[in-house]
Amino acid sequence: MLLLTIFVDGVVYASWLFIVALGLTLVFGVLKILNIAHGSFYALGAYAAASFVGWFASLGLAPAWSPVAMLLAAVAVAAVVAPLTERGLLRAFHGRDEVLLVLVTYALFLILEDVTKLIWGATPYYVTEPYMLFGTVEFGVMSYVGYDFVLILVAVVCGLLVWWGLNRTRSGKIVLAVIHSEEIASSMGVNVSRIYTFAFMVGVFLAALGGALTAPMLSVQPGLSVGVIIVSFAVVIIGGLVSIEGAAIGALIVGFARALAVHTWPDAELFSIYVAMAAVLVFRPQGLFQRMQARKI
Amino acid sequence: MKRIQSVPRLAAVASAVTLGFAVQAPAGAQETFRVGVVSFLSGQAAESFGIPAVDGAKVLFEAFNAGQAPAPYDKKGFGGLTIEPIYVDEAGGATKQVQELKNLYDREKVDAVVGYVSSGDCLAVAPAAEEMKRFLILYDCGTPRIFEERDYEYVFRTAAHGAMDNVSLGRYLKAIDMKVGSINYINQDYAWGHDSQRDFELTMAQLYPEAKKQQDLRPKFGAGQYGTEISALLSKPADVTHSSLWGGDLQAFILQAAPRGVMKRSQVVLSAGDHVLPGLGDKMPDGVILGARGAYGLMSPDTPLNRWWFDLYEKKYGVYPVQAPYRMAQALLGLKLVVEKAMAANGGKKPDSAQLAAALKGFEWESPAGVIRMANGNGHQAIQETAIGRTKYDPEKKRVELVEIRRFPAECVNPPPDMKAEDWIKSGFKGAKC
Repeated sequence: MLLLTIFVDGVVYASWLFIVALGLTLVFGVLKILNIAHGSFYALGAYAAASFVGWFASLGLAPAWSPVAMLLAAVAVAAVVAPLTERGLLRAFHGRDEVLLVLVTYALFLILEDVTKLIWGATPYYVTEPYMLFGTVEFGVMSYVGYDFVLILVAVVCGLLVWWGLNRTRSGKIVLAVIHSEEIASSMGVNVSRIYTFAFMVGVFLAALGGALTAPMLSVQPGLSVGVIIVSFAVVIIGGLVSIEGAAIGALIVGFARALAVHTWPDAELFSIYVAMAAVLVFRPQGLFQRMQARKI
Repeated sequence: MKRIQSVPRLAAVASAVTLGFAVQAPAGAQETFRVGVVSFLSGQAAESFGIPAVDGAKVLFEAFNAGQAPAPYDKKGFGGLTIEPIYVDEAGGATKQVQELKNLYDREKVDAVVGYVSSGDCLAVAPAAEEMKRFLILYDCGTPRIFEERDYEYVFRTAAHGAMDNVSLGRYLKAIDMKVGSINYINQDYAWGHDSQRDFELTMAQLYPEAKKQQDLRPKFGAGQYGTEISALLSKPADVTHSSLWGGDLQAFILQAAPRGVMKRSQVVLSAGDHVLPGLGDKMPDGVILGARGAYGLMSPDTPLNRWWFDLYEKKYGVYPVQAPYRMAQALLGLKLVVEKAMAANGGKKPDSAQLAAALKGFEWESPAGVIRMANGNGHQAIQETAIGRTKYDPEKKRVELVEIRRFPAECVNPPPDMKAEDWIKSGFKGAKC
C-alpha cells in the first residue's frame, strides 16, 4: 500500500511539474534562454484562471465550464504576454551571452511580480470549484481528488501533443531545424524570428496552463512564481535541458524522490530532489537526454 | 498725503508681524511625532500579516490625529503631537532591515519604530536599535528568544511570544476532555514551524504523556502543493494533527486536505489559523480547533474599546480585523499612552528614546484583546490572555464563526518572568494560574 501511495503521489506531483518544465525545455531548446520569468508566466496563468473562472461564473455558466475558462486563460496569457516579451524585450538580446539572458529574464521576473500585484492586488483569489468537479477516488485508507488524475491526463496529452507537433508535422520539423542550426535553417528560407515567437508562445502557454491548473488547489496570491521555477529547473537539468522525454523522466524522478522522502524521511523532502539531481549529473553531467550537438566550424 | 498713505502701510506691516506670530504659535503646538511602521508590504507574508497590520495602523493613526478614539486614547495625536507615520516594507531579509532601521532613525528622524513580523528580522534589528539607543517596539514576531537570550533597554515586544499559542492549544484539548493517543505534525521547515512544533510537543508531553508522535512533516515555506503530505497524514491518521502553517500555505493545505477527508479522520488544531477564515469562507471545514495568537478577531472580548476598534476596521476595509491588525493596534495604543505618560513626566515636551523606554518598561494598558502587561523580559516582554475556538460555518452570515471558545488568562499560558518558556513547559507549567 505504501509503495502504491508513493507511486500515485509521485506521478501526480510529476504531472504538475512536467507541464511547467515542458515549456521551459521548449524555450531553452529553441531560443537558448534559461527563462527565470517562466515562473511569472505560471503565476500569470493562475491569476488569469481566477479572473476567467470568475467571469464565466458571472455569465451564469455552470462550474462544469470552469476547465474551459482555465484553458482560455492560459491561451490569453500566451497570446498577450509571449509576443510582447519575445518581440519587445528578448529579441534585443538575441545571440548574446546566455548568462546575460538569465539576468534579463530575472529582471523580467521581478517586474512581472509587481505587474501582477498592480493588476490583481495582494488579496488572494479562490477558484476552488474545478477542484471538486471530478469527485474523489477512494482506495483503502487513501482518498484522492479526481482532479489529481485529470492533471496526469493533461500532462500526458501536453507531452504527446508537443512531441507529435515537433516530430510528426512539417512546422515541428522546421522548429527542430532551427534548434539544430539557426544559420542553416535561415539560409534554407526559414523565418527564424517567427519560429522564435511561436516557440516562446507555446512555452508561455504551458507555463500559464500549469498555473491555471494549480489555481483551484490554492489561494492565488503574490509569491506563487518562486517555488515552481526552482523545482522546474531541477527537472530540466536532470532531463538534459532540450528533451521532452528528458523533462518527463526528470519530472518523474523528482516526483518519486520527493514522495519517497515525505513518506519515509520527511526532513529530507527538499534535499531529496537535489540529491536525485546530483546523482544523475554525476553519471551524466549533460543530463539524461542531451541531444547530440553539431560541431560548428 | 504721504502720512495718510503710511498709516495703512504700517498697519499692514503690523498685521503681517502679528499674523506671523499668530502662525508661529500654532506651529509650535503642531509639532509632529514621527513613527516608522515596518511590516511586509510585498512577498508571501504581505497578504496575511503585513498589509492588514499596516491597514490597522493607518485607520488608527487617522482616528488618533482626529481625536476620535475613546478614552483614555482620546487626546489628539500623541498628547497633541500630530502623528506622522512612515511605512517601510519588511521584505528583503534581515540585513536589509537593519539598514532600513538605521535609515529610519538617522535620515527620517523618526521618534519610534513599530514593526517586524519575521522572527529573523526581530532578532537582527533588536541589537541594532539597542546599540543606537533608539526606541523600538516589536509588535508581531513570535520567537521567545529575543528577551530570553539577552537584556534590552530600548527594545520592547507588545505581544506575547509563540509559546502561548501552543500551550493554550494543549490546554484547550484538555479542557474539552479530548482523548489524545497519537499526534501528527505538519509544520513549515523554518524557525517558526520548528519552534511551534517543539512548544506543542513539550506541552502535550506534560498534558498527554501517553500520546505518541506519528507523522512529522516539514514542508518548505511556500510549498503550495501538499498532496504527498496529505497522503502521509491519511496513511497514519492520528487523533490530533497539529499545524502552525499560516498565510497562503495554510490556505492551500486546507483547500487540498479538506476534500481528501483529513479533517474528518483527525482533529486538526491550528496554532495561528484565524486569519484565513474570512477568505476561505465555506471552504473552511467545520470543527477545526484554532488559535489567533491572542484573543483576537472573532474571539476578542466584548468590551467598548474592542467594539469601537472592530467596527472602525470593518467599516473602513469591509472585512473584520484578524490577528495582524489586532497586534498592531495593541502596540500603537500602548505607544500612545506611553508617549503621553513620558510627555507628562517631561514637562509637556516631546520625550526622547530613553524617556519612552522608561515609560513603557513594566507598563500595562487596555487593548481591544484585553489587558497587555509588560510583565516578562525585565518589563520588556508582554503577556496577554488568549482564546481558542472551533470553526463552524454560518450560512446566514456567510462567514465562519468560532464556537466553543475557551479563554485562558495570561498567567495560565505564558511563563513567569523568571523562566524561559521551554523550561517552564518542561517544569509542568510551574506557577501557572489558570
